[in-house]
Amino acid sequence: MTALWEAMNGRGKLLLALLILVLLMAPLVASRYLLSVLTLILYFVYVGQAWNLMMGYAGQLSLGHALYVGLGGYVAAILWVHYGIGPWLSIVPAVAIAAAFGAAIGWLAFRFGIEGVYFALLTIAFAEFTRIGFDHLAIAGGAGGLFIPYEEQRIGEWWNLRGNQLFFYYLAFALAAVGVLITALLSRARLGFQWLAIREDEMAARALGIDAFRAKMKAILISSGMTAVGGVFYAFYNNTLFPAQMFDMSRSIELILAPIVGGLGTIFGPVVGAFILTPLGEILIVLTDWLGINLPGVKAVFYGLTLMIIISLVPTGVWPRIARSLDLKKHGR
Amino acid sequence: MTAPLLTVSEVSRRFRGLVAVDRVSFTLAERDVFAVIGPNGAGKTTLFNMIAGVLAPNDGTITFDDHAIEGMTSDAVCRLGIGRTFQIVRPFPTLSVEDNVLVGALLRHSDMAAARRHARDVLATLALHDKRAVQASALTLPDRKRLEVARALATDPKLLLLDEVMAGLVPTETDRMVDILRGINRDLGITILLIEHVMRAVMALAGRVLVLHHGAAIAQGTPEEVVRDPAVIKSYLGAEAAF
Repeated sequence: MTALWEAMNGRGKLLLALLILVLLMAPLVASRYLLSVLTLILYFVYVGQAWNLMMGYAGQLSLGHALYVGLGGYVAAILWVHYGIGPWLSIVPAVAIAAAFGAAIGWLAFRFGIEGVYFALLTIAFAEFTRIGFDHLAIAGGAGGLFIPYEEQRIGEWWNLRGNQLFFYYLAFALAAVGVLITALLSRARLGFQWLAIREDEMAARALGIDAFRAKMKAILISSGMTAVGGVFYAFYNNTLFPAQMFDMSRSIELILAPIVGGLGTIFGPVVGAFILTPLGEILIVLTDWLGINLPGVKAVFYGLTLMIIISLVPTGVWPRIARSLDLKKHGR
Repeated sequence: MTAPLLTVSEVSRRFRGLVAVDRVSFTLAERDVFAVIGPNGAGKTTLFNMIAGVLAPNDGTITFDDHAIEGMTSDAVCRLGIGRTFQIVRPFPTLSVEDNVLVGALLRHSDMAAARRHARDVLATLALHDKRAVQASALTLPDRKRLEVARALATDPKLLLLDEVMAGLVPTETDRMVDILRGINRDLGITILLIEHVMRAVMALAGRVLVLHHGAAIAQGTPEEVVRDPAVIKSYLGAEAAF
């Protein structure tokens, strides 16, 4: 926290304080719809941070992070629906199971030298076979899905993650804040520098005494565990879980876009990215409706085009560019 | 005399029938500066990589500071106290010069402030202090060569393995590097093993020299002895030594 604060100059601090203030006060003026968009943004900030630790810092390309969202969400939902165990408590098994899957992937890949695109393929494969497994898992409702019942009388039971939009908004805000803090802390810690070294040149990192296997295992354990917490939130916010929806490849892609667009391996990249992309998706819905072009896939085409434009204009991410042009960082550290 | 710091004993490495290093033995005492020379393809880098934990020898033993290190991983070797540089420099390109060195310093300093102080001390030793905020990819080759040494030195090694750190340097830069390395050896008491083509640097630095040819050690001795050795002149120095 202090390290994050100290790395910024006065202007940076002011802007961050302002952002926090605006987000805290937003419910006073925001409509229910706007609040739901902001909730989604903050959720993507959080899972984006989790993925950013792995790719942006440790340099390990996972294209299967939906696996951890899905596992986290399903574990908590199953425990609640079938056993009445509250989600705060189920965070523990949810994180443990997702991290166990992460550990299995990491062990296989890092022990046997599966790197780069092959590592990415392995992460996709795990997400896919888990999806197929859940299609046939009776306790999870199979392909027919699992539903967390909406009970009017439970609204307000924050200890059971039952609440209205306002409740979930602040919960998402807290998640996003924790995600940013974890990234800020790790990026200034020894582990963060070990990750950067591995990302840049693993052989050189090892020549400096870094146990690359251990450091990469830590990355995937932390990232998968963090993502699973996001999954618990997602399940109780949406109340419906389908394997085809939770574990789908497109969900994995969706959660990596914000850090890529915002800036990999930066603390605020995933924040900036989520604030660009989620509203963009919403604007495109409104825009295509307004223009009356409701052809299937037309939103995806516009979304893709916009992404291409952003990435070709700022290949290293929007945030580093903003930070430089607005001069938000301290110099000569 | 105390026990040697590094003992390489009857070490061999074969690549599909080709014997890259053939039963090579030598020892280094603490504070030695020892050079391995030889023509291209003589097996210098293979020998170096076996000490650094990149390759395992097929036969023979390597003992460092009373530990058998042959076949150990490169990170474990580094943790025991062997720092190395790469012949083709491998800086962490998007990190600053200081952060490059900090990664090395973090091996023995878990406190971030202490690690940063140590990194800055090392940067001063390598005359890179003024460039500490520069991104490593923006450095010139001589600076990169010194960054390579700085990073290895930041891990507080007992033994520093230098793989052609003079290659590609102009004579003035070579002399500068020689001075720096001499200081590291004399003032910090660090033992140095260097692979080197630049004879000017070898003559100036090394107390003893090992000559490799086709994987075998053909001569060993002081630089003056080695350059007069007929076998060495024939196989390696050739016309260069005729002056």
